[in-house]
Amino acid sequence: MNFGFTEEQNRLRNEFRRFLDERSPMAEVRRIAETGPGYSHDLWQEMGRLGWLGLTVPEAYGGSGLAWIDLVILLEETGRSLLPSPLIGHVLATNAILEAGSEEQKQRWLPDLALGRRIGSVALVEEDDVHSSAAIRLEGRPTGAGWLLSGKKCSVADPEAADLFVVAFRSGQAPEEVGMAVIDADAPGVDPRAYAMIDATKRMGLLNLSEVQVVPDAVLSETRSPANAIDRLLDAGALAVAAEMGGSVDEALRITVEYAKQRIQFDRPIGQYQGVKHPLAEMYVDAESFKSLVYYAAWCFDNRGEELSRYVSLAKAYATEAFVRTGVDSVQIHGAVGFTTAQDIQLYFKRSKWARPMFGDAEAHYERVVAERGF
Amino acid sequence: MDFDLTPEELAFSREVQGFIAEHLPSSEERSKTGGTFLSEWWRLIREKRWVGFDWPKEFGGGGGTVMQQYILKREMLSARAPALGRDYTGLGWVGPAIIQFGNDEQRARYLPDILDSKSAWCTGYSEPGVGSDLASLTCRAVRDGDDYVVNGQKTWTSMAHFGTGLICMVRTDPSAPKHDGISCLLIDLASPGIEVQPIESFAGDHFAHLYNDVFFCDVRVPVTNRVGSEGQGWEILCSALQRERSGIAEVNRHHEALERLFKLAEGSLIAGQPALENGQLRRKLAAFDARIEAARLNGLRSLTRQVRGEDTQSDASINKLHNCDLLVEMAETGLQLLGGASPYVGDSDASLYKGRWQIGALGWPTTVIGGGTPNVQKNIIAERMLGLPKD
Repeated sequence: MNFGFTEEQNRLRNEFRRFLDERSPMAEVRRIAETGPGYSHDLWQEMGRLGWLGLTVPEAYGGSGLAWIDLVILLEETGRSLLPSPLIGHVLATNAILEAGSEEQKQRWLPDLALGRRIGSVALVEEDDVHSSAAIRLEGRPTGAGWLLSGKKCSVADPEAADLFVVAFRSGQAPEEVGMAVIDADAPGVDPRAYAMIDATKRMGLLNLSEVQVVPDAVLSETRSPANAIDRLLDAGALAVAAEMGGSVDEALRITVEYAKQRIQFDRPIGQYQGVKHPLAEMYVDAESFKSLVYYAAWCFDNRGEELSRYVSLAKAYATEAFVRTGVDSVQIHGAVGFTTAQDIQLYFKRSKWARPMFGDAEAHYERVVAERGF
Repeated sequence: MDFDLTPEELAFSREVQGFIAEHLPSSEERSKTGGTFLSEWWRLIREKRWVGFDWPKEFGGGGGTVMQQYILKREMLSARAPALGRDYTGLGWVGPAIIQFGNDEQRARYLPDILDSKSAWCTGYSEPGVGSDLASLTCRAVRDGDDYVVNGQKTWTSMAHFGTGLICMVRTDPSAPKHDGISCLLIDLASPGIEVQPIESFAGDHFAHLYNDVFFCDVRVPVTNRVGSEGQGWEILCSALQRERSGIAEVNRHHEALERLFKLAEGSLIAGQPALENGQLRRKLAAFDARIEAARLNGLRSLTRQVRGEDTQSDASINKLHNCDLLVEMAETGLQLLGGASPYVGDSDASLYKGRWQIGALGWPTTVIGGGTPNVQKNIIAERMLGLPKD
């Protein structure tokens, strides 16, 4: 047994970090956040060429053939640097096709996705914000040649950047009668829209479908249970978000610690006062602790599927509480300047507002933990 | 990253399980045979070299690898086996201090008794007025020929009333800076001039007599009982405290406490409604679950760092902070669930579950204050891991 990163993984992390430091420093993050698409096309293409957009896709489909724990390393680094990109929705769409698609479907979509030639996203959650296959209502009406999908999806990542969406729909009345279809963003009846957000480094919005035609070979049906596949995809989403949160909390803490060492009040650096150093120590304890849960959940994703939902929920719930607290405390420790746009800490504070509800808030995940214990 | 045991680790884990199956009687049988069983158990595990399993073989220990130590502890805990040896303090930090800082004569004199469960070491750090700021301790040792003459007082000495020896931090050089004037003495508790008096804790009759004041009046301690050189006490103390704060045992204890809390909640009401329908309580219990699992996994990460020889200096502090929060908050939640029966102690018509929950709710300072308060742990983390300036 060992619970540490390999030399190879440490190298990978350094590679990600160097690339993001050079190509997406904070000034660039701020610039991109103000542009329409909300990501850099050039940077995206380059990440595709480097193999980072298909990290967990087998080499046979143009990917790098690595594990989810490697993907967690990438996400920690994009979270640390607040990289504005459609990465999370993209890896989830890719994962859905990889796990539930037929051989032909994998050949058709995965190489383009892995290389970043097309951008994928997922449309799973609806207005009730319940993260479960059983809650899916979006109507799938059977036709002679496939399905007609109509309804509204919420919390859709990068609706305007995505070229294709993996959409979860209801195929029958029983809770497990659900399906997943891949639809093109420019197909008739598809209306994706991004809206203004607290965190400008992320793009989110709604996907409205109005009688969108889905042919049979666009339905991901190479799975015994589409409901289980959707629930696993939702877990993957919570895991990916929690991984990014790990990097973000680490960096928010680093920035605040540096500030606390330099800011002098009453003739001393404020980091010398226990009223400041203790909250910082607590942030450190929480960050290290929820990252342990994230790493274990990532290992479960590839090795122990039966434990996945429990550890994803523990990780996302703990991460959410910790990040929200870190966001508020770190701005407060900065004092009045923490309220200005000039300081970077506000960007992490805002990111915590994005991360809180994404793929389930602390309340939802804690509730699932108790329910899964049989209470 | 791989959480499966390697074939060697699996083989060792099977060996331990097999030993337990063969030699550990059921809890009913154990309660019948009592003390006889314990001494037989300690003899058997001593033969396996599982007492002092972490100590080097040349000093009578088992020389177990970090992973083997973890596996042994894990299997023994999950089988609810008794402790791996009687002399908890001797095995935990007195023996290791003698191995690391002592000399051959001291190793030959003290280590076998610790391993054979014959000694019962106690810890003498705190003094009245000297708690978190341990380096300002004043218990004085003055050199007189081949002896030190010790005068002063130690306090919060666990089990001194049953103890055989005391690892004691004394001031040998009052003129040196406070961290540099401390030395470490091994004191025989039967020495003339030592008086042990019990401390009454607020947990009262419901919490066993644990702590004592220890008074020294011209106690003569041979110079050969000094561990390390004169003035090396602080270094020895820091190393010993780190051992005291770490450990995986707590996680098992918390897992069991959480199971008991869920059971308690099943039969309890909050504001007249079934407790487990209360959203706040459900969230609280799940948050305990998250912190216990995080502490368990932090421990495994630390284990890997230890195996690799990487820095683990703040791991014990992180562990202790989780441990303290969980202990206090779970006990408080227990009382909350007991409602109107919660203020009663003992087994009476007014109390519930024989008053067992109240014991934990009153006894937490043992763990929370002992070995360094949570605020001290936060200072350690802030200064060592975050590089913040000292107070």
